[in-house]
Amino acid sequence: MNLRRDVFQAIADPTRRAILLLVASQSLTAGAIASNFDTARPTVSKHLQILTECELLKQEQNGREVFYHINAKKMIEIADFIEPFREMWDERFNKLEAIMKNYKKNIE
Amino acid sequence: MEKKTKINAEEGRQELTITREFDLPVELLFKAYVEPEIVAQWMGTKVLKLESKIHGGYKFETTDPKGNKHGFNGTIHEFVPNQKITRTFEMENSAFAVQLEFLEFEPVTEDTSKLNMHIVYRSVELRDQMIKMGFAPGINMAHNRLQEIVNKLK
Repeated sequence: MNLRRDVFQAIADPTRRAILLLVASQSLTAGAIASNFDTARPTVSKHLQILTECELLKQEQNGREVFYHINAKKMIEIADFIEPFREMWDERFNKLEAIMKNYKKNIE
Repeated sequence: MEKKTKINAEEGRQELTITREFDLPVELLFKAYVEPEIVAQWMGTKVLKLESKIHGGYKFETTDPKGNKHGFNGTIHEFVPNQKITRTFEMENSAFAVQLEFLEFEPVTEDTSKLNMHIVYRSVELRDQMIKMGFAPGINMAHNRLQEIVNKLK
């Protein structure tokens, strides 16, 4: 799985960006986040899962509750204006590498 | 995880470098820049012309999701197999000026190699603009929103 590309897919979704904006100001539980949206609770959970997997959000256990807070380091990293340019080249070069490995196998 | 592709773009300069290590012998890496059908595959473009020699020219064409065709072309100034390619790159029908690209291919071990790409733009502004548009427009929009969130964090 290409995790790097998934980060950009994650932020391409408007609901997920709204969640990030919300959590940027304070840590919240899944329930508190869901109460801000008309979307069904399982859908919000799915968004939270994606954002957590991409490391844009972090989970923190506080007593019986799990709070979501923003991973500032990751956010700043991908908001760097050079990063998407780098991603584009990285993806291109990954493709080149995969094609040539395959090519090598075929000639051997 | 160490990032495989590195970009060095110093502020206020009209150039940048892109470096990448490949898990490929240098000959295979170089081949990926020379064989038209291989270039087409990894660049995701049609290769209309690719003359890999001094004073040779190349012409690529991509079709966007809306069906519009975009042409790219350039001239090859230096061509040393498995070592270097110096070429120009130009987007057709655009306001962007031609850019100069120095590509250096280096063996690291028998099975690994390194590419160093040095790109010189006409101006600092143009370089920054090219960096910003070097990815899909959808992502660009998401990215502007993202910048707002990050500004909140600062």
